[in-house]
Amino acid sequence: MIIRIGLGSCGIAAGGLEVWDAIQKVLDEQAMDIQMKKTGCAGMCHYEPLMDVLHDGRQYSYVNLNPAAAAEIVSSLGEGHLPENKYLLSIKDIDKDIDSDLFSGQVRIALRNCGRIDPEAIEDYIDSGGYQSLRRVLLDMTAAECLEEIKTSGLRGRGGAGFPTWFKWKATRDAIDDIKYVVCNADEGDPGAFMDRSLLEGDPHSIIEGLAIAGYAIGAGQGIIYVRAEYPLAVKRLELAIEQARQKSYLGNNIFGSDFSFDLQIKKGAGAFVCGEETALLASLQGERGMPHLKPPFPSEHGYWGHPTSINNVETLANIPWIIQNGGQAFAAVGSDQSKGTKVFALAGKIKYGGLVEVPMGMPLRDIIYDLGGGIRGDGAFKAVQLGGPSGGCIPASLLDTPVDYESITSTGAIMGSGGMVVMDESSCMVDLARFFLDFTQKESCGKCVQCRLGTKRMLEILERICAGQGRKGDIERLESIALHVKESSLCGLGQSAPNPVLTTLKYFRDEYEAHIYEQTCPAHQCKALIHYTIDPEKCKGCGLCARACPVECISGERKKPFVIDQSRCTRCGTCVDICPDKWNAVQVD
Amino acid sequence: MTCICQDEHSMEQHFFQDDVDLSLLHEILVRNRSEAGNLITILQETQDLYGYLPLSALRYIADKLDMKRSKVYGVATFYTQFRLQPVGKHLILLCQGTACHVNGADRIKTALCDELKIHIGETTDDGMFTLMEAACLGCCSLAPVMMINGQAYGPLTPDGARKVIRSLNTEQEQREGVET
Repeated sequence: MIIRIGLGSCGIAAGGLEVWDAIQKVLDEQAMDIQMKKTGCAGMCHYEPLMDVLHDGRQYSYVNLNPAAAAEIVSSLGEGHLPENKYLLSIKDIDKDIDSDLFSGQVRIALRNCGRIDPEAIEDYIDSGGYQSLRRVLLDMTAAECLEEIKTSGLRGRGGAGFPTWFKWKATRDAIDDIKYVVCNADEGDPGAFMDRSLLEGDPHSIIEGLAIAGYAIGAGQGIIYVRAEYPLAVKRLELAIEQARQKSYLGNNIFGSDFSFDLQIKKGAGAFVCGEETALLASLQGERGMPHLKPPFPSEHGYWGHPTSINNVETLANIPWIIQNGGQAFAAVGSDQSKGTKVFALAGKIKYGGLVEVPMGMPLRDIIYDLGGGIRGDGAFKAVQLGGPSGGCIPASLLDTPVDYESITSTGAIMGSGGMVVMDESSCMVDLARFFLDFTQKESCGKCVQCRLGTKRMLEILERICAGQGRKGDIERLESIALHVKESSLCGLGQSAPNPVLTTLKYFRDEYEAHIYEQTCPAHQCKALIHYTIDPEKCKGCGLCARACPVECISGERKKPFVIDQSRCTRCGTCVDICPDKWNAVQVD
Repeated sequence: MTCICQDEHSMEQHFFQDDVDLSLLHEILVRNRSEAGNLITILQETQDLYGYLPLSALRYIADKLDMKRSKVYGVATFYTQFRLQPVGKHLILLCQGTACHVNGADRIKTALCDELKIHIGETTDDGMFTLMEAACLGCCSLAPVMMINGQAYGPLTPDGARKVIRSLNTEQEQREGVET
């Protein structure tokens, strides 16, 4: 019998460590001989803390646990009894979870080990076929054959732009230099995206193996992982994994007795969104301010310290060992015409089941949101889905049947991006959302290009004005004109894509902008300057809950008589709406 | 408007003045100086050491690495991870990710600022709390989230956030009570 507890960042945040301790205590007290394993994120973040009990060829998944409940379940395991209580989500045959209900529609290639193996134990990774792909390329394949296999697979970079991986590798391989580098870009900066974090925390060895294979294919002896300092657990597990791989000689000199030598080092980023752009990333690796430079020369010719460098995203690298093991054809068989394989998405926002999903390319957005994500949380109706973070855009309900592949998503005005998918219901204001993203890109602009530095600032000012109810005639046109300039005259991806949230919301939700400017209303009731809270005298029972809760004490009245809000002092914080019992619902927003 | 670079002393006004033991930096520099381009790593370790980047430490690093002070200062101010001011006992990172935003992070911010009587980026007078925003903490399924001393709290309500602060305050008072 084996017990697995999800201890990725999300599991720990939800209280996974307390559950772990409680189970450990029971096992110690009752001297039970049950193996405990910590795993990374299985993708079902909404079910954390989560425990899998593997027994008799079957897997029992207990979800949304608390320490007491976990202790109770484990206590009864001693008698070989697996309680079927409210925490039990599913029972399934081990190793069939791709077909099971929970993962139906998903195809797990990049996430194949996440939530199944202990990321801190290299043996677990080896037992599931790990490092066999590296062995195979080193002993049975030439670098050219390895490249050909990746070309057959049709794998495209998962960081956002979707550039063919083999092409990038080949360019670095063909560059003439004795020293070459391969870099893993783990500077996952999109707010709302956490695929890379989960991969690094849940299956660090697959990234290491992917990097080593890339090193062999392009002729690099040194690899660097550039990882966000905000992901301390990922850094810790990577450090441990690299040390273990060195001890087993999967890193170091003459790996598997071949003449290929390869080693890795970790460099921690210091919090700059622009460092996801490859030339800015290189500047940061060299200890400079993370500012991009003009391409060409491309990093594949002139990269880290001037040497040819191939920069690959975490998810791209996680796919590599699988492709070598199963063949490029098998990978190409999944997905759509132009976009092969799978893509991991981080589902968040107003969604019922938030977490990670890995789906074949080409699956319609509707299926991801409704079938895998369970649809909208609460009673709201779907309004839009935001793809690609601050560089991406909003896709409205009318385009829900768009398949997720690079070309189709780009044609909507959004971008595939790294895979953040934030779902919004009708309570989200699209103007406010555009303001939110511009606030982000404006802060993160490195300041090198004038159009980006000043353009994002000016756009933000206009958006702030519109949200504050001071929009003017011509603001929409001004936004469009500045957006175009920023897009066309910025050097790097940050500036070129910064206007996307504004342009897509203008394209699909122009009426909301107009309502803000010309009618002084916020249809979603989000922009504070444009809403009013009033108490409906018909519905108010005069309980006084709202008056006591109001932080600025602007609600007054006598008990058992309708209360009144003093509009001149109301800060529109919304506390009164929250506290008024649902059965009365006396506070109105308009 | 005058340029502050003209007078180095006027620059000092932007820093928290603190005498720190610079000899502690020696080991960090020895360990990292062999490799070019390690300035960010050195600054990260310096911040781990002091809790922030003191001006005297930045000067020391620049002199020892034979770099222009402006370059060290430029890197230290470019990246959001680096702080030029000391932080309170509890560092509150309020997540500003998209998922948190659509789930009402703004109202959590208002509640926290009101409870602590400070603005974003400030420290309470008693030195207990510093309130900062983080781009995204990556626990989107718990949105809205804040992280205090590395521990995530979520999903939050404005009231729930106030309660977390109060319980940390009570904990501290009890600890002080035991000590005296």
